[in-house]
Amino acid sequence: MSHARRYFAVWSALILLTALTVTMADLNIGRVGIIVVLVIAATKSTLVLLWFMHLRSEKRLLLKLLVPIAIGTLAIFIGLTYTDILTR
Amino acid sequence: MELEARDHKVFSRVGMWLFLLSEILIFGGLFLVYAMYRAKHPADFHAASLELSRFDGTLNTAILLTSSLTAVLAIFSLQELNKPRRTALYLAATIGFGFAFLVVKAFEWGAKFEHGLYPRAAELGTKPHGEILYFGLYFTMTGLHALHVIIGMAVLSVMLDWVLRKKATQQNSAALENAGLYWHLVDIIWIFLFPLFYLIS
Repeated sequence: MSHARRYFAVWSALILLTALTVTMADLNIGRVGIIVVLVIAATKSTLVLLWFMHLRSEKRLLLKLLVPIAIGTLAIFIGLTYTDILTR
Repeated sequence: MELEARDHKVFSRVGMWLFLLSEILIFGGLFLVYAMYRAKHPADFHAASLELSRFDGTLNTAILLTSSLTAVLAIFSLQELNKPRRTALYLAATIGFGFAFLVVKAFEWGAKFEHGLYPRAAELGTKPHGEILYFGLYFTMTGLHALHVIIGMAVLSVMLDWVLRKKATQQNSAALENAGLYWHLVDIIWIFLFPLFYLIS
């Protein structure tokens, strides 16, 4: 049953991080706010990917890297477009 | 023979992850549009986000996270414990949470429509350009996400039927596992949608 208990622990962490991100939004910390929000969202997604979607115990490197590759590609798209928009 | 069955499991998992990859890129395109318009109209995006109910958004986040827990417990109960009845109960709970999410979403959308905040509404047309863009993206992205929740509920319902009819068993659980992966991805997309639309400071 230790596995089931681990799933509950991950769920608790996800709920706590949600509470944290809502509280942070009220603090109004300005421009870094968006970074904090994205870091918390990325942490929550990583927890879901590793524990709930079992990437933690995935032995195949291709499957392990698929999501990081997709997110890296997106980050490049968004980053390059962003610099283009802001420097026009 | 044994090797064949194992290969089959790997192929089905690779296929599912490739599909999830394409889903990430579909939403990724929308996130790209969102990022650019928010960069251009930060004040309008903030003002428009205040129209959303932060309570409803937080509640729906908690509902979806809990549904992910019941989904993973459903698969665990079948694969590790071989307790199909428990799996069926967890699946039913997951579908129930999905329904609860949609009910909250329906109330939220209803409130927006009442205030004339929907695409092409005359009232919305009088607002600043950035707010119109915000609501356009809000309805597109949460709408596409809600569609995924509906599809996920349909897939999980089929899995519930399969578990009850012993079509999905401890030895044959690849479909159930993939259904779970899909449900978790829908949860992950919401993990990003929630702060980007409800928590703009």
